[in-house]
Amino acid sequence: MQNHYDVIVIGGGAAGLTAGIYLSRAKVNTLILNEGAVGGQMVLTHEIANYPGIESISGYELARNMKSQAQKFGCTIKSNLKITELDLNSETKKVTVNNKDVYTAHAVIIATGGKSRTIGAPGEDEFKGKGISYCATCDGDFFQDKEIIVVGGGNSALEEAVSLTKYASKVTIVHQFDHFQAFEHYVEEAKKNPKINFIMESKIIEFTGDEKLTGVKIQHQQTKEITAMDIDGVFIFIGYVPNTEKLEGIVELNDWKEILVDKNLATNIPGVFAAGDSIAKRYRQVTTAVADGTIAALSAAEFVNNIKKELLLAQAN
Amino acid sequence: MLRTNLTHVLSEQEHAKLLQENENVMICCGRMGPMCIPVYESMEELEGEYKNIKFADMEFDTPDAKVIRNLPECRSFQGLPFVVYYKNGKVVKATSSIQSKEQITEILDEHFGNN
Ligand SMILES: Cc1cc2nc3c(=O)[nH]c(=O)nc-3n(C[C@H](O)[C@H](O)[C@H](O)COP(=O)(O)OP(=O)(O)OC[C@H]3O[C@@H](n4cnc5c(N)ncnc54)[C@H](O)[C@@H]3O)c2cc1C
Repeated sequence: MQNHYDVIVIGGGAAGLTAGIYLSRAKVNTLILNEGAVGGQMVLTHEIANYPGIESISGYELARNMKSQAQKFGCTIKSNLKITELDLNSETKKVTVNNKDVYTAHAVIIATGGKSRTIGAPGEDEFKGKGISYCATCDGDFFQDKEIIVVGGGNSALEEAVSLTKYASKVTIVHQFDHFQAFEHYVEEAKKNPKINFIMESKIIEFTGDEKLTGVKIQHQQTKEITAMDIDGVFIFIGYVPNTEKLEGIVELNDWKEILVDKNLATNIPGVFAAGDSIAKRYRQVTTAVADGTIAALSAAEFVNNIKKELLLAQAN
Repeated sequence: MLRTNLTHVLSEQEHAKLLQENENVMICCGRMGPMCIPVYESMEELEGEYKNIKFADMEFDTPDAKVIRNLPECRSFQGLPFVVYYKNGKVVKATSSIQSKEQITEILDEHFGNN
């Protein structure tokens, strides 16, 4: 098994796969290590209609194309694994996988993206797939003529609440603040939908049921009053958190746990770059992740080439 | 037909035959959606490691998928995919919604042993 690479990319979403394409095409020996399914959040997207040059494509298809493009250029991709140890401060970077396999490289690109935020209330894990869902297009049709809650106040929550009225008889949006973060047109569409009603300034504090979810307890944020509500399903869209928990204390992060980078997407550690949704930036899209992946790859390639030149010079002297 | 590299179960008869011919079977019944694709991908990877298990998929929306949809073990399920594990034709475990490769491996080891 080959263990040393020029560059290791951590994360195989849009940013990581793009970095893999650019690096491998430039003959930089590259390994992508990915924790979940290759493609990251793209796989969560039924249709991508804003990727330039492609009118409409499923996220899965786009991810599959990017993966095979990277592999065709010689990139090695390993997925569904767990990174158990990271040594990024040494000159030779070391990544331990599943507590046993150790991979080394001159440079590392972190492209770990983000994941859905969960509520963290009792019962959330227990009733996942049994009334609690994070994907309207996947599970909406299980709630035909049922009463459901959508949690959240951003674009996804309001857009999905409207789309779920195709199935549900009643949709209640539960949001923690007294106003929405979503674009005005999403809010207006939700407000004029007769099946949608709102519970503002409130949070779900417990999910209840037996075999499946049958109810929730909701707490008003000002009065602290707790109300029990019978419900058939809950869809949760409360934003994303960067996948950077393993990087705390290793790479410099901001207050929101996003990775801090310069314009070349270099982190505070020499030879460590970052790209995509896990970095501190305003807009998180496939296009921006792809652009980040490109910049990080070119920066990493330059870094590796300089190291190799220095090594050659040292050998010659 | 689902776009995976797994064995596809296309009918009730094929489902019965698969259970008859294999001691340990894992079937993922889903669509080509975000919660299902990661499970197929994990199964494709595990297929090489667990030679004693037959890994298969079945399209959730085919009428014959009622052999899975209507199982008592899936009665409370409201999230895709429905994944069912069989030993000697009997259901030993069923899960609803996305599962990580780690969670799947734990179930395989518990019910079928590692190779
Ligand atoms: C439902 C939904 C719909 C969207 N729709 C659109 C759209 O229509 N158009 C658009 O442009 N954008 C859309 N987006 C946003 C877009 O998908 C993301 O901005 C983009 O895919 C981010 O790519 P990424 O590579 O930075 O991160 P991700 O896609 O999150 O990929 C990160 C990868 O890293 C892996 N990983 C995480 N932690 C580790 C670790 N410790 N070790 C190894 N691997 C790890 C993850 O498993 C994942 O595979 C959507 C997002 C969602 C969730």
